Amino acid sequence: MTFDRREFLKIAASGTLLTAFPSIAFSAPELMKKKGPRVVIVGAGFGGATCAKYLRMWSDKKIEVILVERSPTFISCPMSNTVIGGSRSMQDITHQYKALGKKYGVKLIQGEVVAIDTAKQTVNLAKGYLKYDRLVVAPGIDLMYDQIEGLSQKIADEQIPHAWKAGPQTALLRKQLEAMADGGVYLLSIPKAPYRCPPGPYERACQVAFYLKHNKPKSKVLILDANPDITSKKGLFLSAWNTLYPGMIEYRPNAMVTKVDAATRSAKTEFEDVKADVLNVVPPMRAGKAADLAGAVNVDKRWCAVDFLSYESKVQKNVHIIGDAVAAGLPKSGHMATAQAKVTAAAIIELMNGRQPDPDPVVNNTCYSMVSDKEAMHVANVFRFNVEKQAMVSAEGGGVSEKYSEEEGSFAKYWANNIWSDVLR
Amino acid sequence: MKACTGIMLALLFALPASAEVDKRARSLASTCAACHGTDGKSVGGTAVLAGMDKAEFIKQMTSFKSGQRKVTVMHQHARGYTDEEIEKMATYFSTQSRGE
Repeated sequence: MTFDRREFLKIAASGTLLTAFPSIAFSAPELMKKKGPRVVIVGAGFGGATCAKYLRMWSDKKIEVILVERSPTFISCPMSNTVIGGSRSMQDITHQYKALGKKYGVKLIQGEVVAIDTAKQTVNLAKGYLKYDRLVVAPGIDLMYDQIEGLSQKIADEQIPHAWKAGPQTALLRKQLEAMADGGVYLLSIPKAPYRCPPGPYERACQVAFYLKHNKPKSKVLILDANPDITSKKGLFLSAWNTLYPGMIEYRPNAMVTKVDAATRSAKTEFEDVKADVLNVVPPMRAGKAADLAGAVNVDKRWCAVDFLSYESKVQKNVHIIGDAVAAGLPKSGHMATAQAKVTAAAIIELMNGRQPDPDPVVNNTCYSMVSDKEAMHVANVFRFNVEKQAMVSAEGGGVSEKYSEEEGSFAKYWANNIWSDVLR
Repeated sequence: MKACTGIMLALLFALPASAEVDKRARSLASTCAACHGTDGKSVGGTAVLAGMDKAEFIKQMTSFKSGQRKVTVMHQHARGYTDEEIEKMATYFSTQSRGE
């Protein structure tokens, strides 16, 4: 199956940012002339793709939706740790966008956004610009390589992967583990919270340990965590490490990596220099570049403050920010991005019809961590809007598994299949 | 008579599409989709909520909420919702068709 050509306007991706050359914005043509109410969405991850689908579904296809994404396929971060562990393949976590076009009439553009003019309400791509009534920016995260001396995008792509965006670095990390000799050391460095997927690093440690236990049992997993403690599902992870991988995982809190050396394969913290055979350094992160282009990054120069009834930016009118880029007391998870996308879709439809959004949004989040090839555990919460705090807060209930189990391993699989389908099909 | 029934049926089926949907119920129900599929149409493993009897949905959620029924995940979600919200979700899911 291929993309419907009329629905999928392939625009040459451009890696260069053209913000320094605003003249291009004037000479470039308007792409897809705007005829009726239109929402442009930048970024087709969990948040952006879901928002596109639900805007079309809930507006009875009356709102035109253009979804701009640089990648040709959707590669899921959830479950990507099991690719590193070896129980899933890259293909298993790679999905197609075509149903969004065929089934829902979302207009997909593969390309890179190079500028956003929130006054004129336009989004610039390399070959031209798009007009919008409302813009949804679902930019995901960018890694702050400059926070770690010796690290760069190039070094991460080739030698010291973070693999915190599922894709080529996921495959690279897996390859490095396969090439490592038995008795080697795998080092995982975790940045200070907030970062994407709070339990993700600890799940990754489990997955790497799973692979090593069965293939290179003399090897070691060393975790250098910039945080003072395990930030999510602590008891459950400790129990999994001690029971499934006894003696294999060493955890050091308050250990922030500030420097790496790709040549000597070493990492430096305030207290020590550590050598390892495989370095998996996850740098601190921030809202993705598109949020900067929209002028919506206004919290710690990293995140975006929003109105939780509509996810409209606190500083840019008619610009909505969803997903990991949002500054909130909400987990930066795929499920949460889809939940925010739905609140946003519903709100945009109301606002475009001259009505007010739902004043009391309630969403939920379930997050599974795979501790082996078959066993998992979860954290589940409902979050509701609190008027006084003007924030989303955890509702009653909520909690984690009693223990990891194979039953929950199956649930995790059902979760993945259902959420992938909800986002893309 | 037969023709008459045909028209009646056609009208009945046309109703859900044109009737004003309870948007709050729809939004509340929408984030269940991560595990239970879009509009409760699970693609596998989890309960299909689409087309579920309203009273049955309420009964299940209430027993999760009270702890009467021991489960792995749903008691933690059920406690986060008010009875009124559960009733709204029950209505929404009960009016969804089970398949496509």
